[in-house]
Amino acid sequence: MSVDVLGPLLPVVPLVAALSGFVLPLRSKNAAALLGIAGATGALVVAILLAVRVDEPFETVVEWVQIGNLSVTAGVRIDSAAALVAVAVGVVALAVQVYSTAYLHDDDRYPPYAAQISLFTAAMLLVVVAGDLILLLVGWEIMGICSYLLIGHDRRLPEAPAAAVKAFLVTRVGDIGFLLGIVLLGVNAGSFWITQVLAALPGLPAATVTAAALLLLAGVAGKSAQFPLHTWLPDAMAGPTPISALIHAATMVAAGIYVVTRLYPVFVLGDPSLTVLGIMAVVTVLIGALAATAQDDIKRVLAWSTVSQIGYMAAALAVGAPAVALFHLLTHAAFKALLFLGAGSIIHEVGSNSMSAMGGLRRRMPATFWSMTIGLGALIGLPPLAGFWSKDAVLHAASSSSAGWLPDVVYGVGLAGVLVTAWYAGRLWLRTFFGAPRSPGASSAHEPSWPMTVPVVVLAVPSALLGLLAFADGFGSRLTPFVVDLPEVSLSHLGAETAAPLALLAVGLVLVWVLWRRDAARDPARFLGPLRSTFDNAFWLDNVQDRLVVRPVRALARRVSTADQRVVDGAVEGTGQGTADAGDVLAAWHRAGLPRAATALLAGVLLFAFAAALYGSAT
Amino acid sequence: MRPVIPYVVAALLFGAGVYGVLRRRNAVLVLMAVELMLNAVNLILVTADTTVRATLPHGGQVFALFVIVLAAAEVGVGLAIVLQLYRLRSSVAVDTVRLDAAPASELDEPRMVAHER
Amino acid sequence: MTGADVLLLALGAVAVGAGALVVTTDQLVRAGLYLVVCLGAIAGLYLVLTAELVAWVQVLIYVGAVVVLLLFAVMLTRAPIGRSPDLNRPGLPAALIGGGAGLGLAALFADAFRFTKVDLPGPGNAEAIGTELFRSWVLPFEVLSVLLLAALVGAIIVSRPDIGSKS
Repeated sequence: MSVDVLGPLLPVVPLVAALSGFVLPLRSKNAAALLGIAGATGALVVAILLAVRVDEPFETVVEWVQIGNLSVTAGVRIDSAAALVAVAVGVVALAVQVYSTAYLHDDDRYPPYAAQISLFTAAMLLVVVAGDLILLLVGWEIMGICSYLLIGHDRRLPEAPAAAVKAFLVTRVGDIGFLLGIVLLGVNAGSFWITQVLAALPGLPAATVTAAALLLLAGVAGKSAQFPLHTWLPDAMAGPTPISALIHAATMVAAGIYVVTRLYPVFVLGDPSLTVLGIMAVVTVLIGALAATAQDDIKRVLAWSTVSQIGYMAAALAVGAPAVALFHLLTHAAFKALLFLGAGSIIHEVGSNSMSAMGGLRRRMPATFWSMTIGLGALIGLPPLAGFWSKDAVLHAASSSSAGWLPDVVYGVGLAGVLVTAWYAGRLWLRTFFGAPRSPGASSAHEPSWPMTVPVVVLAVPSALLGLLAFADGFGSRLTPFVVDLPEVSLSHLGAETAAPLALLAVGLVLVWVLWRRDAARDPARFLGPLRSTFDNAFWLDNVQDRLVVRPVRALARRVSTADQRVVDGAVEGTGQGTADAGDVLAAWHRAGLPRAATALLAGVLLFAFAAALYGSAT
Repeated sequence: MRPVIPYVVAALLFGAGVYGVLRRRNAVLVLMAVELMLNAVNLILVTADTTVRATLPHGGQVFALFVIVLAAAEVGVGLAIVLQLYRLRSSVAVDTVRLDAAPASELDEPRMVAHER
Repeated sequence: MTGADVLLLALGAVAVGAGALVVTTDQLVRAGLYLVVCLGAIAGLYLVLTAELVAWVQVLIYVGAVVVLLLFAVMLTRAPIGRSPDLNRPGLPAALIGGGAGLGLAALFADAFRFTKVDLPGPGNAEAIGTELFRSWVLPFEVLSVLLLAALVGAIIVSRPDIGSKS
């Protein structure tokens, strides 16, 4: 098959699986599982074929609607970076589908769940391959609704619906900006076709490009959970664990970073936008990493680490290295999917999210233990695991950039982030796998069934080895979005400066080990002292958000609702009631007895006669 | 002859008739007031015969005759109605006559609600 | 002022006065009798205005038939002889409208004719009116006969409840 067919086929395969999955009856779990796995497998195969065959970027575009001189096109544009991201999406989606068959074995709404995962995958692939902004937006929005559906999947959890609504609303705030940015770009460029938009960019006024870039950034911040729109991501842990893996590793949060690389010239030309992104990124790295230190819920630790790692990607984008950002995105996809699925296995066995109820799982769940160890090592950047190379590339990009003060800040915060990451990852590792079991569930845990173990173990391979791709010939240029004229970045560079993050890494690990050693049964986070509750609550940003946004909006909504009931409804009802009352009065008036009727009649006649006489005498 | 005299007389009689129709409660007296109004009109018609030179002579008087005939018919029917009213209510006060009373066959049905929600 | 004017004034005064009494008296039978006086005076006015035939028809039909019919009605409805205290309604609207109509019309006529004098036309005796009636107004005359028949039938049906009722 030619790439012209394969490109559009990429999102279509899981979409077909999703649509046919939606019509399955609720009890046909096996068929749903098979369908979901088939969809993900198909997407993965297509993505791999594309990754192998695509050397030069290609586009397939059909014109869709012509509105005035604004043409809306539908088309795919695939370059090697897109193909590689698509492979990552396919791998994670397949792992999640396989894993879910066992993890949600007793779920009574499995077919829609599997179909929603397929739809989620399809939407993400649509974003990946979309050649024009409208298709991109379509995929973007479908992801929003899928995240809402999947986070709220487990209705028995009291916090799930609220978390789903929160995720939807918070990302929606950013999406409004995203939509406006797309419209601004499309209308000013006269086309929504990405190639034409990017070609038209130099001719546009600088203010327009800046506005569009900042508006797009709002959407990116929402989807990729960047400060200040990151608050939905930890709450999204109310969803099933495989969904967390899907959202955090391959879809949703990755979409924002990917779209920035896709439209990178917009941000380069829209001048302060990259600086804004950089500030958002460093704040996010710090908040995410520090908040992860104090969490007790194993999923929330991972969630905050995602926030922090996405911050690294955004930071790489801000210092002008989109290829590095994509590299980190790929490695992060591998190890974060692994970590979430592994955490899911542990939760499944222990029966609790809380790390206080775990401990000593190293011997009971060896496969999970070793896989998770590789994943955590990749997370903190332990050489030679995947995360080491990509994080090192980010730091190198920051230190070698000479664009003002921002790269220095990014570098400093990145180093600090390495220290904190090592600390909280080490804490998670020690609290979960070492020491004595702290609950009956932990002491009776054992390896789960193969559909849950195999994806975790399989994902350990790329988590360990993906970084070595940095040494492959031309990998950096493959990851560079073809629209950008950036100098070739080398993703692999071992030198003296590598020592700094490694030293901090070691410090972090040793620190947490020493603290843990004092009393293996207790949480090292207690040494955080008064900061612990601040970190645990993520700097109280939820409360700030509640005060600044939620309550005023609620109050306003109440006012508007009252006004609607009183004024608008009142006007409508009042008009009806008034008309009816006036009708009643007039009807009563018309129900006159004979005398009054005669009086009124004759008086009327008299009045007319007088009027006629006066009129006649006047003329 | 000054035609203004019978004209003014007719106008005043008509006014008296209107007053009577509105003032009187007894149906027979109302009929009498109506007769007054009819006669006022007749007087105007006859007087007009003297002031208006029409193509057909005595048109006003012919009309007056017609009106007299009509008045006879009216008073016949009117008195029949009055008597019927008296038979039904043993009273001839027009105050008690309701103009909006539904026919007897529709009285059992509920009245249509004017405004439905 | 000619003799005709004097007669008109006198008869008109009688007619208006009697008419006013018809609508103001509180004795039913007297109202009927005042009506006779009023109609008679109007018949006199007709005579002065040379409408002989109309005058006699007025006397025959109105004074003779209609008033008698009205008096019958008074009797049949068992109206009390003497004063009836409940004959009238509040008089203000009636006075306003009646006065407005009468005085307004009078003002209009007075304004239109002032004190112009006209000659009396030829006598409207039976011959002249009959010629006119059966030459120019035959069709309305015949239609009137249908109307009289209808009134007759209607009066009978209205006053006989056993006709037309279903049971």
